[in-house]
Amino acid sequence: MSIVRAERLVNLVLCLLSTRQYLSAERVRTIVPGYTDAATPEAFYRMFERDKAELRDLGIPLETGRNTAFDQAEGYRIARRDYELGDIDLEPDEAAAVALAVRLWDSPELTGAAEGALLKLRAAGVDVDQSTPAVIEPRVRTSEPAFAPLLAAVQTGSVVRFDYRKPAPVEVLTRTVEPWGVVSWRGRWYLVGHDRDREAVRCFRLSRIVGTARAVGRPGVVQPPGEVDLMQFVRGSGDEPVTGTTALLWVARGQAQGLRRRAKVVGTRTVDGVAGDLLEIELRLPESAAGWIAGFGADVAVLEPEVLRKAVYERLLGAVAAARKVVNG
Amino acid sequence: MSTAATERLARLLALVPYLIARPGIRVDEAAADFGVSPRQLRRDLELLWMCGLPGYGPGDLIDLSFEGETITVGFDAGMRRPLRLTGAEATALVVALRALAETPGVADADAVQRALAKVEAAGGEARPAGVVVGLATREPEATPEVRSAVTQAVQGRRAVHIRYYTASRDEITERTVDPMRVLLVEGRSYLEAWCRSAQGVRLFRLDRIDAIEVLDEPAAPPPYAEPTDVSEGLFRPQEGHRNVELVLEPDGRWIAEYYAVERVTELDGGRCRITMRYTDPDWVVRLVLGTGGQAVVLSPPELAERVLHRAQDALRRAGDQLDG
Repeated sequence: MSIVRAERLVNLVLCLLSTRQYLSAERVRTIVPGYTDAATPEAFYRMFERDKAELRDLGIPLETGRNTAFDQAEGYRIARRDYELGDIDLEPDEAAAVALAVRLWDSPELTGAAEGALLKLRAAGVDVDQSTPAVIEPRVRTSEPAFAPLLAAVQTGSVVRFDYRKPAPVEVLTRTVEPWGVVSWRGRWYLVGHDRDREAVRCFRLSRIVGTARAVGRPGVVQPPGEVDLMQFVRGSGDEPVTGTTALLWVARGQAQGLRRRAKVVGTRTVDGVAGDLLEIELRLPESAAGWIAGFGADVAVLEPEVLRKAVYERLLGAVAAARKVVNG
Repeated sequence: MSTAATERLARLLALVPYLIARPGIRVDEAAADFGVSPRQLRRDLELLWMCGLPGYGPGDLIDLSFEGETITVGFDAGMRRPLRLTGAEATALVVALRALAETPGVADADAVQRALAKVEAAGGEARPAGVVVGLATREPEATPEVRSAVTQAVQGRRAVHIRYYTASRDEITERTVDPMRVLLVEGRSYLEAWCRSAQGVRLFRLDRIDAIEVLDEPAAPPPYAEPTDVSEGLFRPQEGHRNVELVLEPDGRWIAEYYAVERVTELDGGRCRITMRYTDPDWVVRLVLGTGGQAVVLSPPELAERVLHRAQDALRRAGDQLDG
C-alpha cells in the first residue's frame, strides 16, 4: 500500500511541476495514477488532502490559484523556480567544511535536518565525503528535554510556558516567554526571548527548566526583532567579574597535585610535624577557589590572604556540620 | 505518513538529479551516499521507473538504464534539480557552518566562509533563524603551545609524550599516546588518543595537559581503537564505577548541572537528591568538602564517614593556622 502511495506522490509532483495551468483537484484525480482507486469523492478528497499535507511537510511549494475568473475551484501547480535548489558547486575544501558542519550536530532534531540538506546537496552534484575525519571534530549535543519543544516553538513562532528554577534565591516560577531563539554558549543551551511577565528580554538556561516546555496559543504570533544578536544576550549575562588575587598556601609534601600544577614553590615548612611546601598561586576567582582549596582538606592550609583563609575555614565548618548530621543520624 | 515513508519520498525526489550528476555511478556507491542498502536503492529505482509525466506512455516515464552494477538516466521527466532546502535544513546546515566560521582554529576558516556563502546563495529564501551556536570553550583555554602541538601531532600523525593531570585521582602522570583527533564537546577541547600505558582510547582535556612533546615516531593507534561515541555524553558507565548518593542544598545544585548525573529527585526547599558515578572515593571527598555543606553524602555510609573525618582533620589544621 505504501509503495503505491510513494509512486502516486512522485507522479503528483512531476505532474504539478510540468503544468503551467493550475490543475483542479478533479483534474488531478483523472490524470495522476492512483487516485482512481478512491471509491467515492469523499475518499478521494481525504486522500488528496493527506497528499498535499505530505508535500508541504517536505517543503514543496504548492501554489494555489485560478486560471480564469470562471474557474469554480482553486487549482494547484508547482513553480519550478520555487521548487528547485539553486546552483551550487563546492570545491573539495568547501565540501569538507560542509561535511564537518553536518557532523557537528549530535541532536535528534538537528542531525536529521542537516542530513536532509546534505542529501539535496549531493543530488545537486556536490561530492561530500563523510569518511575522512577532520583534525578537530566539534560536536553539539541537545540532550535537555526542553530543547525539542523550544526549538519547535521558535521555528513556528509560538509562545511557550515552562517552570523555571532560579538559582538564588531558589524558587520555581512559571514563565511565559515569546521565544526568539535557542543559543548554545560554552557547551550550554539557553533560550532568549521576551518574558511576558517581566516585560523584558530574558535568557533561560535549559538545564534549569523543570519538566518540559509547552506551546501556548497559536503559532505565528511571535515576531522576533529583525537584526538582533542573540548570542550577545547570553554572553552578556554569563560573564563574572574577574578579580584575581595571589595566595600563599602550605601544602603537604606530595599532595594536592591539582594545586601544585598551577603554583610556584617558594619555600618549605613543617606544620604539625608534617613536611610540606609553601606555594604561591594566582587565583582568578577567589570565591570558587575557596571550595577548590577546601576540597584538599588537611593537606592544604591557607596562609594568605586573610579573606581566603576565612572563606576556606567557613567551608570546612559547613562541611563538618552537614556531614555530622548525616553520620550521627 | 510515517517517518520512514517521508524519508523515502525525500530520497525518491533526490535520486534522479543525483544520478544525472553522476552518469554511470555504481549502485552500491549511490546507496552509501543515501545511507540505504543497495537492495533498498534498487527498489527505489524500480519505483521511479513507474513514474513520469501525464500520458504515462513509454516516452513519458522516467528512463533509467542499468549496465552491470551501474546506472544512467535516459529521461528525467522534468526532475532535473533537487528540491530546495527547507527552513529547518537551511538552519541546521548554516548555523553549523557559522559556528565553524566564528571559532578560530577549528576548521579552515576561508573554506568555511566560501562554503557558507555558496550554501546561503543556493538556499534562496530559506533563512536560518532562531538557533545560534558558539563553539568557544567554557574556561580559560589550554595554553596556545599545547593546542598547537596537539594539532600538529594529529595532522602529522605523530605520537606525543604528555604530562597529564587526572582530576579524578588528583594525580599527574607521564605517558606516550597515539593521537587520533581533537574533540570539541560541551565547551571543552579533548585530545582523543590511544594511551599506550592504559591500552585503551582515552580523552585528554587540553587544559590538563601540562607538558607535551611531539615525538618523531608515527602515531600508531591499533586498528581496533574505536573513536569515542559522544552522543550519550562523555562519561559512560565503566567497570569499576560505583554510585554515590548526594543531597544538594540549593547552592550545591550546580553539581547536578556540571557533572553527569544518573538520577535527580526533587526534595523540599529547592534541595534535591542525586545519584552519580565515581571511580575514586577521594574525588567525592574533595568535591563534597569544597561545597562547605551544600552537598552531603547520603550513601554509601563509609564514604559519608570519610568526608566527616577529612573535614574534621582539615578544620583542626585550619583552626591551628587561624590561631597561630
